[in-house]
Amino acid sequence: MLSYIIKRILMIIPVIIGVSILSFLLIHLVPGDPARMMLGERATPKQLVELRETLGLNDPLYVQYGRFVEKAVQGDLGSSVRSKMPVFEEMGNKLPATLELTLFALTIAVLLGGLAGVVSAVKPYSIFDNLSMGLALFGVSIPVFWLGLMLIWIFGVHLHMLPPSGRLTVGVELQTITNLYILDSLLTGNWKAFKDALSHIIMPAVALSTIPMAMIARVTRSSMLEVLGQDYIRTAWAKGLPGRLVIFRHAFKNAFLPVLTVIGLQFGYLLGGAVMTEEIFSWPGVGRWLFVAISARDFPIVQGGILMVALLFVTINLIVDILYTYVDPRIRLD
Amino acid sequence: MKKRFILFCTVALMAIAMLVTGCGGSSDNANEGTPGAGKAENILVWGRGGDSVGLDPSMITDGESGKVTINVFDTLVEYEPDNTAVQAALATDWEVSEDGTVWTFNLREGVKFHDGTDFNAEAVVINVERWMNKDHPLNNGECKYWSYMFNGYAPDSIVTKVEATGDYQVQFSLKEPFAPFIQNLAMFPFAIASPAALEEYGSDFFKNPVGTGPFKFVEWIQDDKVTLVKNEEYWGEVAKIDTLVFRSIPDNSARFLELQAGTIDMMDGVNPDDVAAAKANEQFQMILRPSMNVGYLALNTEKEPLGNKQVRQAINMAINKQAIIDAFFAGLAKPAKNPLPPSLWGYNDDIVPYEYNPEQAKALLAEAGYPDGFKTTVWAMPVPRPYMPQGQKVAEAIQADLAAVGIEAEIVSYEWGIYLEKAENGEHDMILLGWTGDNGDPDNFIYALLDKDNAVKGSSNNYAFYKSDQVHDLLIKAQREMDQDKRSDLYKQAQVIIHEDAPWVPLDHSTDPLVLMKYVKGYMPHPTGIEKVNTVSVQ
Repeated sequence: MLSYIIKRILMIIPVIIGVSILSFLLIHLVPGDPARMMLGERATPKQLVELRETLGLNDPLYVQYGRFVEKAVQGDLGSSVRSKMPVFEEMGNKLPATLELTLFALTIAVLLGGLAGVVSAVKPYSIFDNLSMGLALFGVSIPVFWLGLMLIWIFGVHLHMLPPSGRLTVGVELQTITNLYILDSLLTGNWKAFKDALSHIIMPAVALSTIPMAMIARVTRSSMLEVLGQDYIRTAWAKGLPGRLVIFRHAFKNAFLPVLTVIGLQFGYLLGGAVMTEEIFSWPGVGRWLFVAISARDFPIVQGGILMVALLFVTINLIVDILYTYVDPRIRLD
Repeated sequence: MKKRFILFCTVALMAIAMLVTGCGGSSDNANEGTPGAGKAENILVWGRGGDSVGLDPSMITDGESGKVTINVFDTLVEYEPDNTAVQAALATDWEVSEDGTVWTFNLREGVKFHDGTDFNAEAVVINVERWMNKDHPLNNGECKYWSYMFNGYAPDSIVTKVEATGDYQVQFSLKEPFAPFIQNLAMFPFAIASPAALEEYGSDFFKNPVGTGPFKFVEWIQDDKVTLVKNEEYWGEVAKIDTLVFRSIPDNSARFLELQAGTIDMMDGVNPDDVAAAKANEQFQMILRPSMNVGYLALNTEKEPLGNKQVRQAINMAINKQAIIDAFFAGLAKPAKNPLPPSLWGYNDDIVPYEYNPEQAKALLAEAGYPDGFKTTVWAMPVPRPYMPQGQKVAEAIQADLAAVGIEAEIVSYEWGIYLEKAENGEHDMILLGWTGDNGDPDNFIYALLDKDNAVKGSSNNYAFYKSDQVHDLLIKAQREMDQDKRSDLYKQAQVIIHEDAPWVPLDHSTDPLVLMKYVKGYMPHPTGIEKVNTVSVQ
């Protein structure tokens, strides 16, 4: 087991090198002078010269890349051009918010999507199947910004059931420990903050869950359909096992592998790609942070942020790979 | 069995969570506004598009940071509430020496920083030295605005020395007379911070700001909100609200929905599409922020036939500014006739703008020797700015207007960095650009954008490459004149010449709309985009 994990970690290295080269080159691939891009129309020639020097843009590319890598492996991803805060520190502030939202959205997606997929597969071409697969298509196609605004409009403005956006109502106090507000409020026994944080996360989590939910539903359905047609399932039915046992214990367990792959990919994707949801729901997470940095041409943040998100993505994939062996012992580690 | 149990527990937990919050959501919300009524709590929540970059005023340049810091800190002098004339703040009065190189400020006594330490001349000196010297130990970054406004850092800076000449008196020595000096000092970056707090927090001062302003800093959650509370001991008018919260809500539509839900009390950055809905809603009031910017079409006077004054005047007559404003600014801009926005002193309102008149434009072109027009290019800004929200569309409108008088203009655009680089080298014929003022001084517009000093290839800000000795003389004279009325006069004269020479087609001064709940009273938007809100009440 250990040797497998080590092997997989070693395999990550070329990926990381590739990503680091890409994120490093980013600043050089945009047309024009990066210093000019960052300073905009008000820059004086002197400032341009100074910034180029600060960023080391006058050195040859390989020297710059070497310096970038040298610092990065020491945990120094540089500092934001605008706020002067280390990229690592800024990331530390944003990641918990994104993690909280992602976990919540993914839980919704797995529960509802998985259930819909299983039921659809058990009764293929039934009304429920057509309805849920139609909804899944809708879920994949619907633009998140539209859905988000509609949710805010209905539940926030008209029904006053849920707060429109943000993580906590102004005036609600919460002592933060992990910056995962729901967890923090539970840890400190702050019931009011718990309710408030939970009410804030529902709408963005629902909006964010639509795409993964739809994908999980479709993959579960097709995978289940395949398994349900196998001989051993017929045998299970034939020996008179109760239906839910056949479906969940015998069929779903075997159909779960491709679903797990989708969950893993979606998890990684949501961590860095929840820009629209975070934007609409004023959620101070990683996606929005990167988006703002890109519009402000804050290259150290863009470079460091992309590298970190890529690292997370790869790590999650590694975990999924390891989980495979638990779900399906037939998969050999070596 | 175990797995099913876990699954069941998760589902049950979620269901309970939704029930709990679903019921709690609305009754909990004490901030909600109802039409006509005030608020239960004495708190103002301001919804805005972006977060602050930092809260150390001298280290930042962006308006979203300035909006907050101006309420935590004071400057020596400040702008009047609705224009850019300068009035006393931490300095009660000041005088300038005969030769215009020594400025002496008498400071307000009995003022305390939020940490309880005294405000005095020594504190001012420490702050100014911090701004002037790039590598000052108390800096976290550098005071960019010092370099912009006072010609670089020490020793290049126009300010050579600052010293305490008494417990409550400071003196600035300048290399040469520099009239915008006092105007610059009113800018938000030049706010006095507590030296004790600067020492204490070091490079973390930007998230622990301590000043003398009407509000004290409480908390900043990045990309979420900044919370301030009223400073009971404020030397000026003590704030009417107890708590001031700036919430970052990046999406314009979502922010407007928050206002409708009553979770914020006011917002800026309204979508042009939402303006009508905001006006129609009885709970809301709309206020337009006076403009301090200009969007323009610069005509490169070094390119033929744009070197011909009559041609430039004809182009001025050919473009229908009002139609452009109605179409692309939702009507929320004023047509421009001068390079200065009208909120600035020195604005020459006597100038009669070139009338939109294609026939006369054609006649003028014929007179200049181009009866059949000519071929040229119009460069379209690739990025949106308040003064030019849709550069491409504006360029297309201009193209059509020019075609109507026989000028065939091709639209050109580049990536923003390249656009500016090429423009500075003077590669363009006609180019769309704009400017937002810093310090409310006419020098900041006219000298920066139209003086021959700034028409240098490779680093130009004067994109028309307009070189008038007459204008230059007036502008330099105005820089050395300390009397504001006399300066104002000089700028008015310069505007007459510029109008006649027509190096630009001044297009618009955009006004940013703000939407507030009706119960928000006493708010006055400042042209600079940032203002103190101690006079605002929500009851």
